[in-house]
Amino acid sequence: MSHTLPALPYAYDALEPVISKQIMELHHQKHHQAYVNNLNAALSAQASAASADDVPTLIALQQKLRFNGGGHINHSLFWKNLTPPGTPGNDLGGAPALSEAIASRWGSHEAFVKAFGAELLGLQGSGWGWLVSKGGAKGQLEIVTTKDQDPINAPDVPVFGVDMWEHAYYLQYLNNKAGYVEGIWKIIHWAEAEKRYNAGVENLLKL
Amino acid sequence: MAALLNNSARVALRSGASATFKAGAAGLTFTRGKATLPDLPYDYGALEPSISGKIMELHHNNHHKTYVNGYNTAVEQLEAALAKGDINAQIALKPAVNFHGGGHLNHSLFWKNLAPKSAGGGEPPSGALAKAIDSTYGGLGEFQSKMNAALAGVQGSGWAWLVRDKLTGRIAIRTYANQDPVVGQWEPLLGIDAWEHAYYLQYQNRKAEYFSAIWDVINWKEVEKRFA
Repeated sequence: MSHTLPALPYAYDALEPVISKQIMELHHQKHHQAYVNNLNAALSAQASAASADDVPTLIALQQKLRFNGGGHINHSLFWKNLTPPGTPGNDLGGAPALSEAIASRWGSHEAFVKAFGAELLGLQGSGWGWLVSKGGAKGQLEIVTTKDQDPINAPDVPVFGVDMWEHAYYLQYLNNKAGYVEGIWKIIHWAEAEKRYNAGVENLLKL
Repeated sequence: MAALLNNSARVALRSGASATFKAGAAGLTFTRGKATLPDLPYDYGALEPSISGKIMELHHNNHHKTYVNGYNTAVEQLEAALAKGDINAQIALKPAVNFHGGGHLNHSLFWKNLAPKSAGGGEPPSGALAKAIDSTYGGLGEFQSKMNAALAGVQGSGWAWLVRDKLTGRIAIRTYANQDPVVGQWEPLLGIDAWEHAYYLQYQNRKAEYFSAIWDVINWKEVEKRFA
């Protein structure tokens, strides 16, 4: 069973002006595709090593699986937790349970946005920022950062994620990553986040 | 931002960086209390076509400067914590010192281990360093292939370095995550920045092309000095 690149749920230029068409094309067709290809290669090498009972090779493959499997999962989640600006999905009103939980956890939506932004900007190197529901759906909300392509592991639920690798914003924002972080709120898909918060993500690769 | 990216602003920007600065295998010496952005030993556009002037300008004047500022802030906070005898705060500041201090060290070494072709960039090493590379890797080409493989294998942000093991004197290729500096048992000889900001504007996702092109502007004379 090999993994394939999921189609974007919107056009490459649909997230403009927050994220440019060029970034989206490269990010989806090149970066995400490379994670998919390398995950498939690692899985195939793993199958061979498993049938040969080659434990050292199996162990050596773990890091490749984590990185490329994580990259595939994270990007698949990311595309779906974004929506073109001005579309109904970006309306916070479409996330009643989640926005209530956010307000009760951080005091206000604005305080959450500020705290989330500070975590994103504090990342040292490549990684992701996530709003996570701990322990499963409707759990305690936490802001979590993961390095490189480390994914959010079950039973925690990734409500939404923001890619903080430089490839996610550099062609447009250069070293002004605060500008990217500020803009991202105009394209967060709150309705999708509400769905994940209420029901979890059943299979991270079958979104 | 438009002015920043304008090549004509280059000289003005460069003359603003006036730190007294000394880089070598032993590290950096700051004659003032605070770290400052070292001047580049060549123009922003001088490494073209391997590295574009726009990348060099952003990389030096924005990214490196941010590490310098972040390091100075972390050290101020560290001094305050030391003065108060606040051990918790001292420990909590370690990642910031490592990241920003490492970023400052790494980039300062990087600028100097690059050179325009007109100033000897890409000319192969000679003498003891060349011998060490030959005996360890079987030749410069083999070493470059191994270094490029190490660079390609960096998962996320980081650097690959040719280092010397202080215990054995042997040279080795090592990769470091994020801005982790080459310290302790290892001495930095030659570093290549594998962060996306080092190449993305020019090479996008084709990072192998950047790793291949950078050998045209490697300043082996500087690496020999560090090795001596």
